[in-house]
Amino acid sequence: MNPKKITITILPLIFFIILALLFWRGLSLNPHQLPSALIGKAIPKFSLTTLSGNTITQENLQGKVFLLNVWASWCLTCRVEHAELMQISESKQVLIYGLNYKDQLDTANNWLQTFGNPYTAVIYDPKGTLALNLGVYGVPETYLIDQQGIIRYKIVGEIKAKDWDNTLLPLIKKLRKES
Amino acid sequence: MSKIIITGVLLLMSLNSFADNIAKAKYTFANPQQAQLFNNLLPNLRCLVCQNESLADSNAPLAEDLRKEVYQQVLAGKSQAEIISYLTNRYGEFILFKPPVESKTYILWFLPFLLIIIGITFVGIIARKHKNQKVTLNNQQRQLAENLLREVK
Repeated sequence: MNPKKITITILPLIFFIILALLFWRGLSLNPHQLPSALIGKAIPKFSLTTLSGNTITQENLQGKVFLLNVWASWCLTCRVEHAELMQISESKQVLIYGLNYKDQLDTANNWLQTFGNPYTAVIYDPKGTLALNLGVYGVPETYLIDQQGIIRYKIVGEIKAKDWDNTLLPLIKKLRKES
Repeated sequence: MSKIIITGVLLLMSLNSFADNIAKAKYTFANPQQAQLFNNLLPNLRCLVCQNESLADSNAPLAEDLRKEVYQQVLAGKSQAEIISYLTNRYGEFILFKPPVESKTYILWFLPFLLIIIGITFVGIIARKHKNQKVTLNNQQRQLAENLLREVK
């Protein structure tokens, strides 16, 4: 066979390999894990109350690295995620703020009393207004926010132990060094 | 029996469209331009929970919230571009069913045309090659060909 013929014979194989790689990558992506449009942007301005009844605005959150965890008492995955949040909270590596999404005050407070409270404070957002400005489209979602109030990372769905070990904790340490 | 089934199905279908109209009738507008803007926007916006449904069709709570948000912005006199940028700033371009044409989506938009052009060129080259090929037969081959043709007749 001359070289030209060899190229033509091999061409379909190359084509197949490229397609296979594209499909392998494309089909293993989870379409429900959307990148946040807010990464690198400041958290939106808000003025709401906490579950314990105090007023809270974005200014109360300035100057520290923290996690903002969106949850609700009606959300089953949040219940699963709760154990991991308790562990993170007990490790004292980072503060966790909650954003209680479309919930009722007493059910939310009961939920925390029953299962334990990993949060420094929980922002109560019964109408989902702050959540809408954050681009929340499902619970749970967790944002990592730096000292300047800039959103640096977002996890959609529950935080698993490996997310904390491999992604969040290293990022938090890096953010602390930056400042 | 089959008539009853068909009547039942038709009745259910009409109920469905009835419910649909109720959902839309909740929104009233100051002028027809606003209503048109609202009705044009919704089918082109994706519900992020049930991702293949538009905001016009979806009954997910998030879709309801976003419908309300779009409605209020339409009433406030915002333009189509302003509303779309409001939504994409929060939810990203994924909320648009039709991705915008920009440098990072060039491959998406133009690759199919490029592939068609490559395909046509390829076919063209092969066709031309075949056309230019001169076939020469020796006597034995010619005889064989003639025999075959005779058999066909």
